[in-house]
Amino acid sequence: MTVVSMTVNGRPVSVETEDRTLLVHFLREQLRLTGTHIGCDTSQCGACVVHVDGKAVKSCTMFAVQAEGAQVTTIEGLAKDGKLHPVQEAFRDNHGLQCGFCTPGMIMTAVDMIRRKGVMDRTTIRHELEGNICRCTGYVNIVSAIEDAAKRMAGEKAA
Amino acid sequence: MITYPFTYRRAKTLAEAEALIKAAPDGKLLAGGQTLIAAMKMRLANPSDLIDISCIKELNYIRAGAGAVAIGAATIHHDVANSPEVKKAIPALARLAALIGDPAVRHKGTIGGSVANNDPAADYPAAVLALNATIKTSRRSIRADDFFTGMFSTALEDGEIVTEVSFPVPEKAAYQKFPNPASRYAMAGVFVAKFKDGVRVAATGAGPCVFRVPQMEAALAKSFTPDAVAKIAVAADGLNSDIHGSAEYRANLVTVMAKRAVADAA
Repeated sequence: MTVVSMTVNGRPVSVETEDRTLLVHFLREQLRLTGTHIGCDTSQCGACVVHVDGKAVKSCTMFAVQAEGAQVTTIEGLAKDGKLHPVQEAFRDNHGLQCGFCTPGMIMTAVDMIRRKGVMDRTTIRHELEGNICRCTGYVNIVSAIEDAAKRMAGEKAA
Repeated sequence: MITYPFTYRRAKTLAEAEALIKAAPDGKLLAGGQTLIAAMKMRLANPSDLIDISCIKELNYIRAGAGAVAIGAATIHHDVANSPEVKKAIPALARLAALIGDPAVRHKGTIGGSVANNDPAADYPAAVLALNATIKTSRRSIRADDFFTGMFSTALEDGEIVTEVSFPVPEKAAYQKFPNPASRYAMAGVFVAKFKDGVRVAATGAGPCVFRVPQMEAALAKSFTPDAVAKIAVAADGLNSDIHGSAEYRANLVTVMAKRAVADAA
């Protein structure tokens, strides 16, 4: 057992855990942040994507101890002061979710890609979504939501 | 899925990593972990200790120098794909890095981990072999031709740590792969590199280990055109055959990918 310390959604946490605890289990079971989902558990589906030090990673393929000292953001950390993040708003407005299971990972991946690439064409968005699977196959609206969100965020920046 | 228990240790320097791996009864080095952790979750690997080398600053760099690009072993795929130095000196290498896995995998996976693991369908080994790179380790320098020795096996000794991969800058180069649509691993990927004194062609994904294609190298040395390789077939004997494709199919893909790579490079 190791005491692992990190900042999760802006809040410092220090929790004892086994070295073999995956980051996703640490978040869900020890911090009770169950917004991050486990879909495939084999690093294919992207339902578990969170940000570690500002970069999207699959939390099922990383141990919690590897995040010692890191800044972690989960889906719970996106909304600020009761107001949804623009990507969350765009997913709602574009019906970018059906069953919703893949949505936390899709949104965390979308926030990361918009940070890196800004406004993108649909081909680029699809390429960037290679690590996220929607079993409802609702990709058309997911791509629309990300396209819309990127434009809104570019507009906010310009304003 | 839960791995077997192990002890995690984070090394801050190369010297510390060497000492930790030496002291561990059955230790393994952890870089990005994008292959190792998956194998541990399947309980295909059961190390006593994981020595995390991903935070060693002296292993994280990209240096473009006289005629070569040197990349520290702990450099993530994302950084290689987006490096202005790599894009300028060897654009094919940056493009290859951008094709590995998906964005989240590229944020963790490292070049040192990829070459040390030597997955038969990994992308980097094709670039390392075709560009005649040198693999530097905690103990010595190893030529690409001597490094990849078989499926998941390399010339690395126990406790030897890859520190850098140094790529000579070619006149022209390109990489083309036919990705498995689910995993994005190469069904077959071909890296073609033209140097002043010759051409090197390396194929990954098709066989149990990355390999050079001497017939294509000879033909391209005479004429660096897609037509020069269009009629050159590699033997299907010994190539990978699985639910995704037969050995014959992969043999054909090698020729097709080689043609596309030469067209892309020329």
